[in-house]
Amino acid sequence: MKQTADQINLPHFRRMGFLVWPIPRPGIGWLFIMPWLIGFLLFTVFPFIASLYLSFCSYDVLSAPRWIGLANYRDLLLNDPLFYKALYNTLCYAVFSIPLGVAAGIGLALLLDMNLRGISIYRTIFFLPSIVPVVAASMLWLWILNPQIGLVNGLLAHIGIKGPAWLGSASWSKTSLIVMSIWGVGGAMIIYLAGLKDIPLHLYEAALVDGANTWQRVRHITLPMLTPVIFFNVVMSVIGSFQYFTQAYVMTGGGPEDSTLFYALCLFNRAFSYLNMGYASAMAWILLVIVFAATLLIFRTHRRWVHYE
Amino acid sequence: MSDALRRPAWIRLLSHTVLILLAIPCLLPLVWMISTSLKTDAQIFPAPSEGFSAIGLKDIVPNPVQWRNYPDALRFVPFGTYLQNTLMLCLVTTVGAVLSSAVVAYGFARTRFRGRKILFIAMLSTLMLPPQVTMIPTFILYKYLGWYGTCLPLTVPSFMGAPFFVFLMVQFFRTIPRELTEAARIDGCGDIRIFATMIIPLAVPVLATCALFQFIGTWNDFLGPLIYLNSPDKYTLAYGLQQFLGSHGSKWAYLMAGATVFTVPIIALFFLAQKTFIQGIATTGGK
Repeated sequence: MKQTADQINLPHFRRMGFLVWPIPRPGIGWLFIMPWLIGFLLFTVFPFIASLYLSFCSYDVLSAPRWIGLANYRDLLLNDPLFYKALYNTLCYAVFSIPLGVAAGIGLALLLDMNLRGISIYRTIFFLPSIVPVVAASMLWLWILNPQIGLVNGLLAHIGIKGPAWLGSASWSKTSLIVMSIWGVGGAMIIYLAGLKDIPLHLYEAALVDGANTWQRVRHITLPMLTPVIFFNVVMSVIGSFQYFTQAYVMTGGGPEDSTLFYALCLFNRAFSYLNMGYASAMAWILLVIVFAATLLIFRTHRRWVHYE
Repeated sequence: MSDALRRPAWIRLLSHTVLILLAIPCLLPLVWMISTSLKTDAQIFPAPSEGFSAIGLKDIVPNPVQWRNYPDALRFVPFGTYLQNTLMLCLVTTVGAVLSSAVVAYGFARTRFRGRKILFIAMLSTLMLPPQVTMIPTFILYKYLGWYGTCLPLTVPSFMGAPFFVFLMVQFFRTIPRELTEAARIDGCGDIRIFATMIIPLAVPVLATCALFQFIGTWNDFLGPLIYLNSPDKYTLAYGLQQFLGSHGSKWAYLMAGATVFTVPIIALFFLAQKTFIQGIATTGGK
């Protein structure tokens, strides 16, 4: 049957007055999505279920998983100070780096949306740091923030300030990483810039006719119209902050005094340094619950501050 | 808003000043990276007698310029091997991800079958799934398959279609008028021919965006090699550099030379494909 649909000369049938619409073979769609479907079942569905199972087990890879019920979760929530430390560090990082990133990204985008000579050169300059590979950027900042001979403290010495030990100090290490994240804000800036270009010009013209000044135009047109993009960025950053890993791993390894032990790093150590695969799976599921709850919460506030045209 | 308003001269001057002041902290770290990579140890480390010293303008330009840091660094660490491994992985994953994503996207965008919408939503929701959740069983799976220590865990998954690329391509494929492909279908074209000879040539811009993202993603990837590679002859640049940092943490000239070698290709790629780059990032943030 399937074969004949293709073999029949359809235009010929049409001309004869038959209403013939080409019948797509039903199996072909499945054939096309097969690569993804196999990957989905093998690398997402199976690991998803397996990690839930493992989170109730004691498992060190070498011997078979042993069911221990809720013991992992109980240990995590009741007697693991490192878990709470990692959670605190991650929240701390998120609470400061996300709003600062949004503010810096929008501020730069507004500046770069102006009609100035050489504006594309500025855009390139501000975008450049965001494409530096994470490992290279981490090494670079480790060097720049070197307490004794680093660039930052060398420059601070000019104005008579003895800079802190930055990544070597438990009280400055998170600040250092937040500063570094702001340096790479160029990617978000481009997204805001694209958002600005989408704001219809007639809104500004109307505001101009009504006598609105620059600040009023930014406050009452630009920012509200940009809220969908801000919303998207905040959601992605919240999810991203719980995956913050490479910088901490390369630059500090979690130290000093566990001040940069972020959630994903703590989980990685548990899994691959101590081979506590069951325990780490329980951590992953708590991570999933937190991220899910946080995303849900942001979506709940959605209607209050996100405007669509 | 810019076109509607012609700003007075003093505002333009002020804007330039602000932009230049902001551009300095943006670029200075990169300049410092290159500068350090061309210095001798004597230039990097101040003499003990000087103690704690300020860094001035004169320190930005190395004097004398130590070009041999680069060949020396290459001898110190097998950057050549790392570079070769990285390029190989980039090539394979880029081809794999773009091809497979295009095939899958055609299935979602231009064919009909039961459960298509549900599966598409399932695919999109995997974008929100933190990779930590699947990381451990995936690792065990690869270990069980005997892939641990080989490149396979880093390459094979890219042939399964990348959800984000599929999403971008589906958006694009849907804009291609149905009349165009239906006409071909009436002339006896099957889906495979429509896909290969009509959709793919039209989709080159979006394929290029995905290729660029995948290439950079693999080039930068650290966690993958960290988990799956265990012998130095298979290390990538990202992982090799981090290992070098761990073993020779005070060889700043070599470390910065390595970081420069690692960064320059990406920056070059950016200047070569600026438009694809910016549009790609802008669409990621779109609606």
